[in-house]
Amino acid sequence: MIWEPIDDLVKSVKTGRTSAVELVNRSLKAIADNQEYQAIISVLKDNAMARAKLVDQAVANGEDPGVLAGIPFIAKDNFLVYGSDTTAASNILKGFVPPYQASAINRLEAAGAICVAKANLDAFAHGASTENSDFFVTKNPHDKSRVPGGSSGGSAAAVALGLAPFALGTDTGGSIRQPASFCGVFGLKPTYGLVSRSGVVAMGSSLDCIGPLTRSAKDAAIVLDVMSGRDELDSTTIDKNAAGYSGVKALNLKGVRIGLVKEYMGEGVNEEVKAAIKRAVEDLAKRGAIISDVSLPSLPLALACYYIITPAEVSSNLSRYDGVRYGYRDKQAADLFESYTKSRGHGFGKEAKRRIMIGTYVLSSGYYDAYYKKAQTVRTKLINEFAAAFSSVDYLVGPVAPTTAFKIGENAQNPLAMYLSDVMTVAANLAGIPSLSLPLAKDKQNLPIGMQLMAAQKKDYELLSLAMAVEETIK
Amino acid sequence: MAELSREDVLKLVRLARLELSEAEIEEYQSELSQILDYVKQLQQVDTAGLQPTNQVTGLINIMREDEIKDYGYDARKLLDNVAQTEADQIKVKRMVE
Repeated sequence: MIWEPIDDLVKSVKTGRTSAVELVNRSLKAIADNQEYQAIISVLKDNAMARAKLVDQAVANGEDPGVLAGIPFIAKDNFLVYGSDTTAASNILKGFVPPYQASAINRLEAAGAICVAKANLDAFAHGASTENSDFFVTKNPHDKSRVPGGSSGGSAAAVALGLAPFALGTDTGGSIRQPASFCGVFGLKPTYGLVSRSGVVAMGSSLDCIGPLTRSAKDAAIVLDVMSGRDELDSTTIDKNAAGYSGVKALNLKGVRIGLVKEYMGEGVNEEVKAAIKRAVEDLAKRGAIISDVSLPSLPLALACYYIITPAEVSSNLSRYDGVRYGYRDKQAADLFESYTKSRGHGFGKEAKRRIMIGTYVLSSGYYDAYYKKAQTVRTKLINEFAAAFSSVDYLVGPVAPTTAFKIGENAQNPLAMYLSDVMTVAANLAGIPSLSLPLAKDKQNLPIGMQLMAAQKKDYELLSLAMAVEETIK
Repeated sequence: MAELSREDVLKLVRLARLELSEAEIEEYQSELSQILDYVKQLQQVDTAGLQPTNQVTGLINIMREDEIKDYGYDARKLLDNVAQTEADQIKVKRMVE
C-alpha cells in the first residue's frame, strides 16, 4: 500500500475529494491484509472510526479540521492512548488501560490525526530487533526471515508496509533510526526535550526521545511540527523552532560543510553499507557540499557509556512495576516483599531483568563512582567532542548500523552482540542532538541501507532540510 | 574478566526485588559478567577536569504555578488497573508479622 504525501492527503480531506473515514478504512484494510508480519499489537477500530466521523463532520460544517485532518497513524505500544491497552509489549503491563493519554497523542488528535493501531516493540523498548517483545516477533517487510530492527520495529515495519502514512516511535539509543534503516523508511530522533514524553512508558529518562517514522523528510517535519514544543507535563521539554518545521525546504548544498564520521566507517562495518554511504557523500559533493573526514575519538566509548547509563535509568524507571497500583500481581505471594519479587520476577521478560540487574549493580554502593559517575563523565567528553566537530562542520553523516537487517534468532542468544547493533546510534542520545535515518540504497540481498544525518542541538529544522536535499540527490 | 559471583547475583536479585529461577541465576551470572567486562573499558579513560553530565539541554529548575488543574482523570479507571481492591482501597499483602 502506497500513501500519498501527508500534505496531499490532508488537502484531499479538506476539499472533500476523500474523507477521513475513507483513509481510516484504507489503513484498517492494510492492517488486516498484512497480519503475517505481526507489526501490530492492537487495533483501535471503533475509536478511530468515531474520530474520523468527527473530522468529516468538521469539514462538512466548514470548520478547520486541522493540519493532519483525517491522517491515520500507528503508535508504538509504549504510548498511552485512550481506549487501548498499553502494554509496552510486556507481560507485566498486559491488560493495562491508561486513565490518561500521552501529550504527543493529544496534540496529534487536536490536529485531526487518528490513531488506528498500536505497534509491537521490544518489551519496554529494550532491544534492537523486536525479538524481545513478550508477545511475538515482528518480521521485516523486505524479508520475512529477518528482524525489522528495534525497538520501534513494529512502527518501522508498519510504515514500510503502508499500514498508515506515519507511525510514532521512541528512541533511547537508536530505537527509531535503526529500525527505519532496516525497514527502508524515514526515522527522526529530534533534539532531546523537543517532544513531550508525558504519557510514554519511561526507559532511560536522560536519553528518551519521541519521533516520527514516515515515508519522507517532509512528512516527518509536518508531524514533528504538531508534536513539538514545551509541555507543562514534561519539565524537560524545550521550545520549538520559531518558524516551526512543516515549511522545511531542501537545503542548497553549495558550501555546506558535511563531516563523514571516521569512527563509523572503519572495521566491523559491512562493506556494502560503507560503499553506499561513500557514494552518497560523493553525490553531495558534486552538488557543492564541502566534505571532510571528521574524527570524534571518544565515539568508540559511547556504547559502553550507554550500557551503563541506560540500565541505571531503566532500573530506576522500572521500580514502579511492583504489582500494587497496576500491572501483573502474583497471587501466590505470602507477604508484601514476596509479592514484589514474584510479580517482578515472573512479570518482567529476560532483557528487562538483565537491564534492571546491571543498573542496580552500577548504581549500588561501592560501584557507583567506578561505573555510573564515570560513564556520566565520559558522556561530557563525548559532548565536548561533538561541540568541537560542529564548530568545523554543519552536519555529520555516516551509517545507521554496522549491518543491514539480520536474521531472526541470529543475535538472540548473545546480548552483547545485540547491543553492538546500537553502536552508531547511541552517541546522538548521549549528546541530546537530533539525528535521523533516511533510506539510501539496497544491498545485494535487496535489504535497505539507511544513512544517518546529525546536527547540533536544536538544529532539527536544518537537519530536515539537509535530509530533503539528500532525498533529491538520490532520487 | 569482571567475574560476578553467585552471591553477587543473589544480592542484586534481592536489591532489585526480583525472584529468579536457578537456571536464570546461572545464566545471568555469566551474561552480566560479560556485559560488565565490556563496559569496564571506561575506567581507563582520562576524564580529569571533567564534570559528569546529568542533563543535556542545560535546563535548570523549570517552575510552574502550583495550582489545581482538572485533567479529567477518573478515579474509577485508576482503580480498574489494580489487581486487588476492597472498598475502593488498594489491597496488598501484609508487611509485618
